[in-house]
Amino acid sequence: MNIGQSIIEALESLNANRLRSGLTILGIIIGVGAVIAMLSVGQGAQSTITGAISGIGTNLLFVFSGNDTQDVRNPRPLTLADAQALIDPLQAPDVAAVSPSIQGSAEITSPSGKVTNSAIIGATPDYFSMQNYTVTEGALLTEENELGNASVAVIGPTIADKLFGGHEGIVGETLRINGQPFRVVGVLESKGGSSFGNQDSRIIVPLSTAQARLLHRTNVNEVDQLLIQATSSETVNQASEEVSEILRQRHRTPIGIDDFTIFSQKDVLSIATTVTGVFTIFLGGIAGISLLVGGIGIMNIMLVSVTERTREIGLRKALGARRRDILVQFLTESSLLSLLGGIIGIVLGWLLALLVGKIATASGNPFSPTVNLSSILLATLFSAAVGLFFGIYPANRAASLEPVEALRYE
Amino acid sequence: MGKPVIIAKDLKKIYKMGEFEVAALCGVSLEIEKGEVVSIMGPSGSGKSTLMNILGCLDLPTSGEYILDGERVSELKDDQLADIRNRKVGFVFQSFNLLSRTSALANVELPLRYAGVTTGRREKALEALDAVGLKERVMHRPTELSGGQQQRVAIARALVNNPAIIMADEPTGNLDSKVGKEIMALLLDLNTKKGTTLIIITHDPTVAAQTHRVIHLRDGEVEAV
Repeated sequence: MNIGQSIIEALESLNANRLRSGLTILGIIIGVGAVIAMLSVGQGAQSTITGAISGIGTNLLFVFSGNDTQDVRNPRPLTLADAQALIDPLQAPDVAAVSPSIQGSAEITSPSGKVTNSAIIGATPDYFSMQNYTVTEGALLTEENELGNASVAVIGPTIADKLFGGHEGIVGETLRINGQPFRVVGVLESKGGSSFGNQDSRIIVPLSTAQARLLHRTNVNEVDQLLIQATSSETVNQASEEVSEILRQRHRTPIGIDDFTIFSQKDVLSIATTVTGVFTIFLGGIAGISLLVGGIGIMNIMLVSVTERTREIGLRKALGARRRDILVQFLTESSLLSLLGGIIGIVLGWLLALLVGKIATASGNPFSPTVNLSSILLATLFSAAVGLFFGIYPANRAASLEPVEALRYE
Repeated sequence: MGKPVIIAKDLKKIYKMGEFEVAALCGVSLEIEKGEVVSIMGPSGSGKSTLMNILGCLDLPTSGEYILDGERVSELKDDQLADIRNRKVGFVFQSFNLLSRTSALANVELPLRYAGVTTGRREKALEALDAVGLKERVMHRPTELSGGQQQRVAIARALVNNPAIIMADEPTGNLDSKVGKEIMALLLDLNTKKGTTLIIITHDPTVAAQTHRVIHLRDGEVEAV
């Protein structure tokens, strides 16, 4: 018996029980479809989140005062002088730029009297280039704004929508932040990221202005965060070392106990990748259960089919079919069931993933599920294995029937 | 007549039903020569079916010796038995036993496929169908054929591998007498033309009367005639 012949014969017998075969295949379709859809949604989430993190800027280090992992008493705050010291090209050759910033929240009033609360960030002009911020209209903050304690602000598109009902033609308008007038000089382009707080709903003012007039700290030179850009992604680790060294000297901390924390974008990225990876496996695992149930459906139907065709099996044996011939016949049928289900399931899963993407985009969270070759291969192999595995028992049962008994079966 | 194609010596078949042992055959010895047409008769429960199963290599005797066309069948394993059935025995059943999903041609090809024949299968099957007078209906499914035609397909299937013997179990039992006569005529015709050995199990004395020799079975033993 050659394979082509077996396949044709298996198709004929599946075709003879169309409804039953169809329902069995449906079980596998749902299983494979769910696996594909879940894996691609998971992977899509992963790439969206890591993309959002990368979108914050490249080669970045974040330095905060204090340290959660070590017992530090009275950590010294980060200051403008610290920031200044880090730009030293001799001691820190791998640091390309440093931007100190402070942040808080404030009450914002629009010219028409609308009131909202928003995150306020006071930052130096480098902050924008380091985080890849661009404007849709107007301009970013400049060095003159910083030096002149200017009462100007760059606002995110979400804030613009809230206060002005749109984000065009706003430059030149005046906002009140905690009652003080600020002129809008630019509107930021949407970054869309909803992963790291909403980057679209913040107001950025010059650091000097924020320190003097909005966000008061005990020491006027104190800052909340130092944003540091390494010269390249390869030198991020060296830059981190140099920054630590300089800060240890300046803060006079005992060796091994730092009163500051350096967080690199790579750390954030790897945490996010791990989390979304677990998420993907979890989703895939749940979908895998439905594939298992589909497999049991195949086994069930094959057992029914063996019982139903006992006489046929007896006849085939009388005509000279060996054990192996019968085994191959039934395994071909169960494998075909799962293979057909697998192929249709892949298409269904793909469509489902696209649908999820469309719904997510329509509801304002742009998100593209990725169907990749590895998840297709995984689902196909898994479904073929399911077909074989759950087909073995019924096929074996058919093959071991005694010809005399089988022929006599009514 | 030629040398014996079937030699059976003291065949016994004992079925175990729980604690009871039921002897279906208690020592049957017979010889059938090549080209002979033999009918086996006997009331139900006489061991006819058991004898046919053993002679047709569907089952093995509990004890005794059975030699079919020079092969010592009583010592073979399952797959070897399947092989013997395929090459040396053709079956014709009372209820035809055709595969309803496939054409007459595919039904006749089936033994060739299990024999591992890859080339000229179609030609051989067509030839066999021609020999039983069904040349015109090869692509029809069994459900589209009359009872007599179905039995002709079954006969074509039985002889397609040129077996040493054809075993027919009540071949006319499900047919009306006119068609039954035609089928018998066809089987006897095959015997005269091709010299195929025929073993026919039957209740019908008119069928038995057309054969060369009648073996009567009673209570698992051959009755002397």
